[in-house]
Amino acid sequence: MNPEAATVWNEAGKLANAAAQAQRRRVTIDPITRLEGHGKIDIFLDDQGDVERAYLQIPELRGFEVFSIGRPAEEMPQITSRICGVCPTAHHMAATKALDDLYQVEPPPAARKIRELVYNAFMMEDHALHVYLLGGPDFIVGPQAPPEQRNVAGVIAKVGVETGKKVISMRRRLRELIAYFGGKVIHPVMGLPGGVSKGLKPEDLPPFKDLAEETLDFALFTLQVFKDIVLKNPDYVKLITSDTYTHRTYYMGLVDARNRVNFYDGLVRVVDANGREYAKFPARQYRDFVAEHVEPWSYVKFCFLKPLGWHGFEEGPQSSVYAVAPLARLNVADGMATPQAQKACDEFFNTLGGKPVHHTLANHWARVVEMISAAERIVELINDPEITSTNLRVIPSVKPGVGVGVVEAPRGTLYHHFETDSQGLITKANLIVATQNNAARIAMSVEKAARGLIKKGNVSEGLLNMVEMAFRAYDPCFGCATHSLPGHLPLCVSLYNRERTLLRQLVQPASL
Amino acid sequence: MPDKPKISFYWCSSCGGCEEAVVDFAEDILGVLEAVDIVFWPVAMDFKKKHVEAMPDKSIVATLLNGAVRTSEQEEMARLLRRKSQYLIAYGACAHLGGIPSLANQFSRGQLLRYVYEEAPTVVNEARTRPRTSVQNNGHTVTLPEFRNVVRALDQVVEVDFYIPGCPPTPKITKAAIGALLEGKLPPKGSVLAPDVALCDQCPRKASKPADLGFKEFKRPHQVVLDPNLCLLAQGIVCMGPATRGGCEALCPAGNMPCTGCFGPTSRVRDQGAKILSSLCANVVSKDEKGIRDTLAGIPDPVGAFYRYGLAGSLLRRKANLPVEPAQETP
Amino acid sequence: MSDPKWQPRIVAFFCNWCTYTAADLAGVSRLKHASNARVIRLMCSGRVDPQFILDALAKGADGVLIGGCHLGDCHYGEGNYKTLRRFQMLQRLLRDMGIEDQRVRLEWISASEGERVKTVINDMVEQIRALGPLNLPQRRQDWDREMTPLAEAAGESESAEQRAEPEAAHA
Repeated sequence: MNPEAATVWNEAGKLANAAAQAQRRRVTIDPITRLEGHGKIDIFLDDQGDVERAYLQIPELRGFEVFSIGRPAEEMPQITSRICGVCPTAHHMAATKALDDLYQVEPPPAARKIRELVYNAFMMEDHALHVYLLGGPDFIVGPQAPPEQRNVAGVIAKVGVETGKKVISMRRRLRELIAYFGGKVIHPVMGLPGGVSKGLKPEDLPPFKDLAEETLDFALFTLQVFKDIVLKNPDYVKLITSDTYTHRTYYMGLVDARNRVNFYDGLVRVVDANGREYAKFPARQYRDFVAEHVEPWSYVKFCFLKPLGWHGFEEGPQSSVYAVAPLARLNVADGMATPQAQKACDEFFNTLGGKPVHHTLANHWARVVEMISAAERIVELINDPEITSTNLRVIPSVKPGVGVGVVEAPRGTLYHHFETDSQGLITKANLIVATQNNAARIAMSVEKAARGLIKKGNVSEGLLNMVEMAFRAYDPCFGCATHSLPGHLPLCVSLYNRERTLLRQLVQPASL
Repeated sequence: MPDKPKISFYWCSSCGGCEEAVVDFAEDILGVLEAVDIVFWPVAMDFKKKHVEAMPDKSIVATLLNGAVRTSEQEEMARLLRRKSQYLIAYGACAHLGGIPSLANQFSRGQLLRYVYEEAPTVVNEARTRPRTSVQNNGHTVTLPEFRNVVRALDQVVEVDFYIPGCPPTPKITKAAIGALLEGKLPPKGSVLAPDVALCDQCPRKASKPADLGFKEFKRPHQVVLDPNLCLLAQGIVCMGPATRGGCEALCPAGNMPCTGCFGPTSRVRDQGAKILSSLCANVVSKDEKGIRDTLAGIPDPVGAFYRYGLAGSLLRRKANLPVEPAQETP
Repeated sequence: MSDPKWQPRIVAFFCNWCTYTAADLAGVSRLKHASNARVIRLMCSGRVDPQFILDALAKGADGVLIGGCHLGDCHYGEGNYKTLRRFQMLQRLLRDMGIEDQRVRLEWISASEGERVKTVINDMVEQIRALGPLNLPQRRQDWDREMTPLAEAAGESESAEQRAEPEAAHA
């Protein structure tokens, strides 16, 4: 062969081999399943078959902040609720509170109570959805169980049809309560600046009172299920407390005037990895503390604590990464506002060795504690005599300008920030969505889990599911996080080249 | 025993509400699970894309696909599921007409990306990093799907057999549609599987809708306390009821707020926004230029009000003077 | 890339009693005006459904002209007031959708005003000529080109839009 041609030939060969080597060392999980949103995980192995790097990618974007421009601000509760059909009420409420701020109006007490009632009903049923349908199957059925069983049907098979029916019935009735006030449960319509659109008729009260009591029973029942199936199983406890699923970061959550967990309102509190208060601020000051970092390999942005600057996907003294959602909320608060929840919260911290708890999988347990808190609050509010009042609106009179609203969505702190012209049409919108606050820590969790579980090129289907468990514990809502589209996340190991042609399968899933 | 018919669910540019709508069958979901074999449903089951690719063409009886189409990955999945399904059903307002995300068709992709990744008040990004469809990082190639210039309804990408409207569709009309499918009692191809009457017909406030609607002004819902028993149009509120297909049983008026049009138009209307514009404006009382202008100022955002769910599926589809920007890999 | 041979194409909706009669009069009086307007006769300008206007633009018209009786003179009493009200809002809508004001025009022309028909048409043609073609069918093709590689990979020869609206191919 001509020597020049030989050189070209050899160079090309090296490149092709390098590409093939790269492909062989790449494991993709696409889509990720049993969560709200679209995402995929790319894991890169080194020559020994150990994990070099893992990327959690969110492949979608919709652009709510931009296409809200020009819209009347009072439409934002219904427009932003379309960010997420699983937690529309969270966006609806955050937007409604931002409108209160925008127009400088306080809703009458009865309206506030109705909002809180609906909101707690929502937290309760949404948490139940996650515990039994999304994340729960990992524990209730078992993380290494075959995929056909790792879903709600498998859960029902394990806990029994009666329990399964109770879960379904409970959620249905709570959602009917939300629909009573909100018109629709998926994308409710009730929120207005200074109030709510619809009140509670006295004759409709008794069945809701029954529902409230049964809800509390159900929340306590769920805690018992969790204790029986998860906490009594030493393998699960080992999993929860293992280092693979542990990160020491800051935590953020809403607290009331007495530093107790509150989903609907309060000040935002941030504690460090040792549990010491780092900051406490009202919604309007969020920009002093919350900033977003961009990476080229994901549409979702990663939040960090602004005063500390971005220091990468790291833990440690320099890190500015923080977490939100049930575990974080329990970590930042001094306690719960209601007795049974307080009891469950004490048990939680006593068992796991004090505050703060850094085990990501403990989110599942914290979620159940919050169910109890939400249920107790529902009982309080439904028995409040003011709940049937007809004084539900204050009509705004001030010219609008800027409004910021914050709530605790099931998945974490949610900020809505609107700016308008004098007519109340949106000129700028900024949304920091719950899961974005967690995005950095989720990426770290996925990588750490992958590193801890995948060794020497051994990638089994069950192991991949355990990697997915790392992020599922956050109950992430990537639809929210990218105000984009949700992604599916199934666990599947495939080798794709850039044209998405399947090159090779690293592993044969046991069930196929 | 014959095989149960295979059904699949998928989501594109979706909020997940349509998935929730199916979960909201509640106890009735058990009946569905008995009658059909769900072979693909990412939100709830761990089946993967490779399973779908391995199925014979047309082996899935029906795929209910929700969400608008905005990325290359979604286009691929839509085409894949079209091939594998006898019936491809556009489920929900986004797949039907583009949905609320198709309001993004009033803005360019560049404007969207610039704001989200650079200009938003909380973004810290001096390097002006942008997500890219292909990234090289320490020898790793990481890919993202292409984010398109245009938001599309499902039938602007693939052939669609039926539409189930709503944001989201109600469990009632979904069950009716699935029932019709399993019994083989489907209307002509291309039909919307919901009643073909305007919402006003089903609204409990119908009796108070005036025969002679005369608008002296339009009020926005936060400016007045709404009477829960009176027709909303009669209260001077913009309600999309007259131009919107029924089937939801007027859930939003039940919440004491106006209809915003999520079921799309009836079969006799091609462009829902134009029709409601026609109806509302014709009924303005004023007869002089200035008076009319002042009355219509009470509707500050016609696109958002009239095309909230249907901009992609409207006659114009997209703001006419927007550019077509090249693929994201091009620097 | 505008075609040097391009001529503005305007669709004109004229009411039977006033503007259409005036256009007839212009013809009978041999008043020469630009031939770029395709006239469609309706009984009343109030019959102009905004969908007609949007459809005309979507199918390739560069402009739409609506002609009706002067306010107060409508053969049916109030039809033209409805036209005026719809037109005002439609113009705002079109502005928000990136279509210039001059492309959709409303004129009151009575049966005896043949000269006015000529003036209005000539004026509008020149305005549109200066603006250039709207050509929405071409724009849609340009927008949809981003889907072609994947469509071809999937073995599809026809675009979704061609399947949906075959008449559009003739626009």
